[in-house]
Amino acid sequence: MIEVLLQRARDAAVQLWQRPRLDMPLLGALLLVMAIGLTTLYSAGGELGLVLNQGARFILGLLLMLAISRVPPGTLRTWTPWLFAFSVTLLLATAVLGEGRGAHRWLDLRVVRFQPSELLKLTMPMMVAWILHTRPLPPNWRDIAVVGVLILVPVALIAKQPDLGTALLVAASGAFALFLSGLGWWRIGTILGAIGAAAPVAWHFMHDYQKNRVRMFMNPEADPLGNGWHIIQSEIAVGAGGVFGKGWQHGTQSRLEFLPEHTTDFVFAVFSEEFGLIRIVLLLAIYLFIIGRCLWIAAEAKDTYSRLLAGALGMSFFVYVMVNGGMITGLLPVVGVPLPLVSYGGTSAVSLLSGFGVLMSIHAHRKLVR
Amino acid sequence: MNEAGPPRRTRLKEHRHEAELFRRRAIAGFVLITLCLCVLASRFVYLQVWRHDEFVTKAEANYIRLQPLAPARGLIYDRNGVLLAENKAAYRIEVIPERVKDMPALLEALGAVVPLSDDDIKRFTDARRAKRKFQSIPLRFRLSEDELARFAVNRWRFPGVEVVPYQTRWYPKGAEFGHVVGYVSRIDEDDLRILDTKGDQGVEIAALYAGTTHIGKTGVEREYERLLHGEPGYEKVETNADGRALNVLERSDPKPGKNLYLTIDSRLQEVTESSFAGRPGAAVAIDPRNGEVLALVSVPNYDPNLFVNGIGQADYSSLLTAPDTPLLDRALRGRYPPGSTMKPFVGLAGLELGFRTPQDTVMSVGEFFIPGQARGYRDDIRWGHGRVDLELAIEWSVNTYFYQLALDMGIDRMAGYLGQFGFGAPTGIDLPGEGGGVLPSREWKRATFNKPWYLGETVIAGIGQGYWVVTPLQLASAVSTLGNRGQRQTPHVLLATQEGLGMDRVPAVPPPPGAQVIKKPADWQAVAAGMHGALYGDHGTARGLAAGFPYQIAGKTGTVEKFSRTTNEWEARASNAELALRHRALFVCFTPAEAPRIAISVILESAAWGGSDAAPIARKVLDVWMANQPPATTTAGVTP
Repeated sequence: MIEVLLQRARDAAVQLWQRPRLDMPLLGALLLVMAIGLTTLYSAGGELGLVLNQGARFILGLLLMLAISRVPPGTLRTWTPWLFAFSVTLLLATAVLGEGRGAHRWLDLRVVRFQPSELLKLTMPMMVAWILHTRPLPPNWRDIAVVGVLILVPVALIAKQPDLGTALLVAASGAFALFLSGLGWWRIGTILGAIGAAAPVAWHFMHDYQKNRVRMFMNPEADPLGNGWHIIQSEIAVGAGGVFGKGWQHGTQSRLEFLPEHTTDFVFAVFSEEFGLIRIVLLLAIYLFIIGRCLWIAAEAKDTYSRLLAGALGMSFFVYVMVNGGMITGLLPVVGVPLPLVSYGGTSAVSLLSGFGVLMSIHAHRKLVR
Repeated sequence: MNEAGPPRRTRLKEHRHEAELFRRRAIAGFVLITLCLCVLASRFVYLQVWRHDEFVTKAEANYIRLQPLAPARGLIYDRNGVLLAENKAAYRIEVIPERVKDMPALLEALGAVVPLSDDDIKRFTDARRAKRKFQSIPLRFRLSEDELARFAVNRWRFPGVEVVPYQTRWYPKGAEFGHVVGYVSRIDEDDLRILDTKGDQGVEIAALYAGTTHIGKTGVEREYERLLHGEPGYEKVETNADGRALNVLERSDPKPGKNLYLTIDSRLQEVTESSFAGRPGAAVAIDPRNGEVLALVSVPNYDPNLFVNGIGQADYSSLLTAPDTPLLDRALRGRYPPGSTMKPFVGLAGLELGFRTPQDTVMSVGEFFIPGQARGYRDDIRWGHGRVDLELAIEWSVNTYFYQLALDMGIDRMAGYLGQFGFGAPTGIDLPGEGGGVLPSREWKRATFNKPWYLGETVIAGIGQGYWVVTPLQLASAVSTLGNRGQRQTPHVLLATQEGLGMDRVPAVPPPPGAQVIKKPADWQAVAAGMHGALYGDHGTARGLAAGFPYQIAGKTGTVEKFSRTTNEWEARASNAELALRHRALFVCFTPAEAPRIAISVILESAAWGGSDAAPIARKVLDVWMANQPPATTTAGVTP
């Protein structure tokens, strides 16, 4: 019995090694971003320990990606409702039992502490894709309503934690699946209009610090040493970088601790200061390539579920880049969204790479192959 | 755009159509994403290209701080290079609050090793509030060798406590030059404001003094503060967001202040001061040819070293409450009636204004009456001096001669002429806080008291009594002008400056010469002869004083009562000890009489007679002066 299991495991490992069936351009781009991330972290954190830590998480994430890439999309689809229900349950448990620095985000599982909201970044587009998979497309208002409720409930829970960044990403991943399903443009317009109309209500439910962030975004100079500090110092870091940057490890803003959160949410500002505009554009191009490649994989997928899931994952990757980049340049309010695969932090790296594992699986099971 | 979509009639899935629909959406999504990223990229362009310079400046302002380096203060020497003020290495204890867990406990434990006064702790506590917690704050200054050793042994017990070397001002001559050199002390707001109003073209005073802790408060230290101070250097320091200095990027050395050479001769200063033997008074010696002040003494005095690091409350109140007011610089600010030392000037006024010729005589009968008034004005000798001309009147100090002369001239004409000698106004010496004295006149009395002038006041003004007030410096300056045959020179104490040790002395530009106030040399001859007679005549008031002195001396004594001489009690109790309580003794002189190179004024409070008490002080000064005259000066000097 045990021998049989061991044998099967060995076979699986050999198969994994010999035929990874990974999309090499996508993997290459991801590895490139990770390398850039570790380089930037070394400068921003000023110590090797931070880099090794992050490297270990990358390896964990890559192994997870490799494992998930072996799971066929069909199997994933069957599991989808259960995975979604599980993650929402965890989210509810977090709301009751969770702990964290001032925010109820973390669930302590003794072995690891993790944020259930991260799970939803993956299970949300899966769930939306699962629903739309069986529906004729483009979806009608009823389908849209169902999907809308499925998105809004967990998003509201996450936003209340409060974790505006993750809530935004989860909402976006669900919404993108809906968008890719072929939702009519005028319906999109109607939905966006409704969201706009609901914004004042959302403002009412926002935490004070979240309101402050929005106010500070409007006018950072009002409180330069308090709430406006992040934005001002970040803009200084970016602007001082110029076209060519100050050079690796020569950014004064982060090294001298003017820039807060310079290894996590504001690591892009460090990158901007040290590497300059040209390399920012290159980094953005790599991100764009990753997104494009995801959409390409999605377009080649064999069924609706795979298509929507792959496309939604690729497009939510864009949200990371846009929100983080907009934040550090003062284009968007301060929302805690990391720069994908560059910001220090295990949870987001692992969950992002898991998502790419799903993409790899979809790629491996694309229709052209069979 | 694509709302047409599939027909609604069927709810069946059309896989090919859905794939096509997805492809279009994916392309639309990719285009939108590309557009968004282009917006983001253009934001980077805006910040990194368009506003690049602005942000570079801001980033530098963030982390680069200019840390001022205080310049070394210039040294002060006397005219012969004797050191009067120097910078001495000393040690102080500094504490970095951040590294101390329990400050009260530390202060107590440290106090057991190195005594800490309440003043020390108060100053430390005040400074803590003004500084950031990682900045070092001085706690105790000027550690003795013993304290230094004791702290070194116990150092391990006090993390965050350091012994730091520093430069402190030291006045090796102590009290002797206390009033002249003055002292430096901690800067306060007023000091900077005063400097500011002195006007330094374009130089930000606050920037110049950014690193400086001490500033000249009195005397030369205050007057020549700008020369002595020098210019600060700067360290460009990289700091982090807390303001903590991390390392030095650039450094420009401070430019030390100039060394000053004073006109004062410390040997004369020393003998002058010691000749007072502690009795309150003042003396000033001036070179009449150029106005250089050779000695400037006020007794009693104080040790300026006490003030440098903040004088303790006990020391300060004892100086303030001492009956002899040691803090008062009598030489510059003392207010004394000139008495008979004014007679040569009044006599000169009579000659110059044409009311007398040197040969005109006056009959002294012991008492003088204004026609029609009953009140008598006395001579020193009750039965009178008999008939005297100007020369004898000065030699014997005959009051009646000057009563009559003053009455003849009238107060306003007399004051108008005497004002040219500098009476009634500050001399303009380059020292702060000089007094102006009082030159009595009708106008002055009206302005001051709003009262009319009485004829009797003119009479006593003729012998330097009444409203007259002079400072010892004023008197010395006037005598110096007289000795210099009427050519005024502004007294000054700065002789030369020097950029640094071993550099050349650069002579200071002396103040421009003043007016010539004696028109007829014959007038001067008559007055000088009278003053010469005071020392060499048979009945001269200072006869015998010049015995053995190689040069001829011209002088004049003065004895002034603190109270007016209206009763006969004055003669009844005329012992010297009694008189000393109510008299002030004055003496002025210059030598060599024909072409003087030194003029002296001495005012001694609480002494009986000018001739017997004040004049010997002048003689002692002259002896030392004479002993130090280089032979070359004697031959090449101005001899008649």
